[in-house]
Amino acid sequence: MAYTYFPGCCMHGFARHCQDSLYAVFGALGLELRELKDWNCCGATTYISVDEHQAIALAARNLALAEREGLEIVAPCTACYMILKKTKDYLARYPDLRAKIDSALATVGMRYEGKIEILHPLEIILRDVGVKGLKAKVKKPLRGWNVAPYYGCLIARPYPLSGGFTLEAFDAFIPALGANLVEFDLKDRCCGGSLTGTIEEVGHRLVYILLHQAKLARAHALVTVCPLCQLNLEAHQGKIKSRYGDDVTIPIPYFTQLIGMALGLSEKSLGLEKLLVPLNWSVGEKAFAAREPAAA
Amino acid sequence: MARPTFFQKVKYEKELKRDLAAEVVATPGGEKIFSCLQCGTCGSACPVSVYMDYTPRKLIGMVREGFKQEVVTSFSIWLCASCYECTVRCPAGIRVTDVMYALKRIAIREGIYPRRFPVPVLAKEFIHMLKGTGRNNEFWLVLKVLLKTAPMKLLTSWPLGLRLWRRGRMCLSSTRIPRAANADLRRMLEAVEAASEKAPATLPIAAGMTHTPEVKKAA
Repeated sequence: MAYTYFPGCCMHGFARHCQDSLYAVFGALGLELRELKDWNCCGATTYISVDEHQAIALAARNLALAEREGLEIVAPCTACYMILKKTKDYLARYPDLRAKIDSALATVGMRYEGKIEILHPLEIILRDVGVKGLKAKVKKPLRGWNVAPYYGCLIARPYPLSGGFTLEAFDAFIPALGANLVEFDLKDRCCGGSLTGTIEEVGHRLVYILLHQAKLARAHALVTVCPLCQLNLEAHQGKIKSRYGDDVTIPIPYFTQLIGMALGLSEKSLGLEKLLVPLNWSVGEKAFAAREPAAA
Repeated sequence: MARPTFFQKVKYEKELKRDLAAEVVATPGGEKIFSCLQCGTCGSACPVSVYMDYTPRKLIGMVREGFKQEVVTSFSIWLCASCYECTVRCPAGIRVTDVMYALKRIAIREGIYPRRFPVPVLAKEFIHMLKGTGRNNEFWLVLKVLLKTAPMKLLTSWPLGLRLWRRGRMCLSSTRIPRAANADLRRMLEAVEAASEKAPATLPIAAGMTHTPEVKKAA
């Protein structure tokens, strides 16, 4: 199976390790990613605060480019994912807007028809490989690891997940890797997005709430599906510790890094050394030994 | 930043800006503000409403009545991190997040924000960079925003930058798309801009009308 890969700006910047692990895992699962040629920034949640129609035009250009390829779009950043879905929805629902965007696309000889599906890589793995298929490929089960899933806001809001998935169904990938699923109620609570950079007092508080809850739930790792959440949760742990006097150090792997570990891929190909808070293999082994002394 | 005052000044009819509601209604997602039942679900779902001066419910109420000054100077509109929690929960089907975006746009367009306030500065720099290169480069974006808003913060932010850089997670070179594609992109954005100037957002509500019944748009 092949897909059109829409990286989004962060996968080429601070989230290189997410991209490395995404390519590695998709390769190992026999799924092919073809990067969209000449893609542009989707506009994120920022462009729309200045001009809504231009923001939609930006995303529409990407959709039109992807339509030429004819394959489903994979967007690993949930902001890109949501923006592309929102653009598709708005262009279908608002004919005036559609006419305006169509004529703008026509000035550069492009056309948008609204036929292409936008998917998150986790949706693709669960739909096209499936939990059973994933389980069958696990070589080094993550035994002993307590993993809490964190999906962030935009993957399930405002649009439901593609393919009829729910966030609860998403959780299934964690036990499939041999890890223990930690119930994490805040799995779709906001991480603050750009607030951690703009209005720090508020942004840090939002991140702190998530990290604190993950610690309370005794998670060894909080796994994310969005590169921006990944950076937010990971980069501010030191500042949060000094601000709130609470040690919230916890590794924040991107979900393909975790899957890759279980598939037995090399640490380098998964970019594990690029994490700010290192994932320590021995944590899981120690927890496993403590729980089941006989088996260890 | 405007602080909430305990005793609001009485507004007279001529002081109210009815075109505010019209502009919000003309935004995709904001059509239904006149069906808002003021239940407050938006504010209770919102993860940042505790920091807001006016909750989203109150903002929508004020937009409908034309309290433009209060709305565009409120801190709330900049706090919205667009997590869409309010939008999925609103029983009246108002896309509150899009309403917040519309209010941000009005404030940015009219230049109503403190000079060194990072949210609008970030938005403007982001767009500047996007028009120039077609993509955004976080390193240069963050650097520019910090220099324009709080240069002293560079003193506390550089360790994080260094940690990212040492792990190869910082891209200092430009990440532009090919020139031809970028030229296309800019032509497209200009076409949208020209179309917006020619036909500004329609104003379905006549000025001076109060409590207009729900504005129906072709579905």
